Amino acid sequence: MLNTSDILETVHMIREENLDVRTVTVGISLFDCVSDDVGRLCGRIYDKITKKAEKLVSVASEIEKEYGVPIVNRRVSVTPVSLICGGASPEDCVRIAKTLDRAADTLGVNFIGGYSALVQKGSTVGAENLIRSIPEALAETKIVCSSVNVASTKAGINMDAVAEMGRVIKKTAALTAAEDGIGCAKLVVFANVPEDNPFMAGAFHGIGEGDLAVNVGVSGPGVVASAVRRAGPVSFGELSDVIKKTAFKITRVGQLVAYEASKRLGIPYGIVDLSLAPTPAVGDSVARILEEMGLEVCGTHGTTAALALLNDAVKKGGVMASSHVGGLSGAFIPVSEDAGMISAAACGALSIEKLEAMTAVCSVGLDMIAVPGDTPAETISAVIADEISIGVINTKTTAVRLIPAPGKQVGDTVTFGGLLGSAPVMPLRTASPAAFIARGGRIPAPIHSLKN
Amino acid sequence: MKKAVITVIGHDSLGIIAKVSARCADCGVNITEITQSVLSEYFAMIMLVDISRLNVPFASFVDAMAELGKENALEIRAMHEDIFDAMHQI
Repeated sequence: MLNTSDILETVHMIREENLDVRTVTVGISLFDCVSDDVGRLCGRIYDKITKKAEKLVSVASEIEKEYGVPIVNRRVSVTPVSLICGGASPEDCVRIAKTLDRAADTLGVNFIGGYSALVQKGSTVGAENLIRSIPEALAETKIVCSSVNVASTKAGINMDAVAEMGRVIKKTAALTAAEDGIGCAKLVVFANVPEDNPFMAGAFHGIGEGDLAVNVGVSGPGVVASAVRRAGPVSFGELSDVIKKTAFKITRVGQLVAYEASKRLGIPYGIVDLSLAPTPAVGDSVARILEEMGLEVCGTHGTTAALALLNDAVKKGGVMASSHVGGLSGAFIPVSEDAGMISAAACGALSIEKLEAMTAVCSVGLDMIAVPGDTPAETISAVIADEISIGVINTKTTAVRLIPAPGKQVGDTVTFGGLLGSAPVMPLRTASPAAFIARGGRIPAPIHSLKN
Repeated sequence: MKKAVITVIGHDSLGIIAKVSARCADCGVNITEITQSVLSEYFAMIMLVDISRLNVPFASFVDAMAELGKENALEIRAMHEDIFDAMHQI
């Protein structure tokens, strides 16, 4: 039986605390589109995506209205294009990217992900060509997102791919220089990439997935921050319980939306991604949760511990609320997309080094960080290598989404607008890692005993 | 019985129950319970309604309630009860 306080709590979360479902993402396999003729491949891709996800936008809007909870994004993820493009040339790959863009535009979705390659152990011709085409593909499309998995705990780190991604990121920034290098906001480099992630820029429909799946990403940093504030100066055990209960409620909304979307679309329910995904809006920040826990500012000593507690409690609360959990599942710490992170970075309290430490205990990685435009490609590769090592050694997903904003220096601000937000340009170390990156080859997979 | 929850939030205004009831009746919606409370210093009226004989799509009913709210400087939401069940019942 419903009671008044429960009803008002839900309404309050939606009205005042930015409770929303971040995304309903339909995953679509493109394996049956394969053809040795790129024109035919593109035609089949367009037809399949526009047919299978035809009702996504209208169904999401229907659910949003009936349950009164905002669904911020409707998205599509597809099979990593490097797996279905055969030996397509980089130019042909760009043509596929444009097809994805056109299909997504026809559907009216916010983003389409899967312009991706999995090269943790080595590159195929298709993967190499796709990676080479990423800068043009991202510059010539609007809503296509790209990701490259360069490492896994089982395979080690493909350092040739890491070196290449440094160059790809630089070129992507250069080709989208007029918009502060926005192409890089749609490109993420992964270790241990999940195959059912509904969040961009890293979403794709993995090779072990069925033909179609509905995956839902939840949100709710504002709700958690308010709950922590209301709890007051309680002990850590009690604090964890407060977060768990709140995460449970947030995730139940995601589960309901996933179930309904699956039913109405006639597409199997995949997973709910238990994530605290911030937006630049006031009151929708993960950094503010950490500050509510008692830190003067996010980034100071204690931040990693606070984030570890938060991330763990979100998972514990969320897991019970959903029948299938997957994706990235954890608290996100993108700098430009989180008002609290932006102000902490702008005042110098939050450094790249601290962010790197934080990624060891949460999802996902060094995310949406603007760095000086003249950063050498090798330095970007070295940042990637450091971050990816954390994931590989600790058997977790980590990722890097850096924006070397052309013409910008430390102290400048880069503005992307919308959910991508804005970010102060953060300093990187200037001593060169070029000789290290130039070695090439693979860093071997780590040992799984003798853990210290 | 399919149920929904209508919440009316804002300053108390004359005849608001009558107006909401009339619009519900137009749409074939039967009010089964009404309570009042306070939310963030605002007056909050909560109605449990039966929507099994709704004569318009639920989305249109949601719009009709929101519109009625606007006309009266109130915030009126109609939400399917499943969201409350999902969040608050284990």
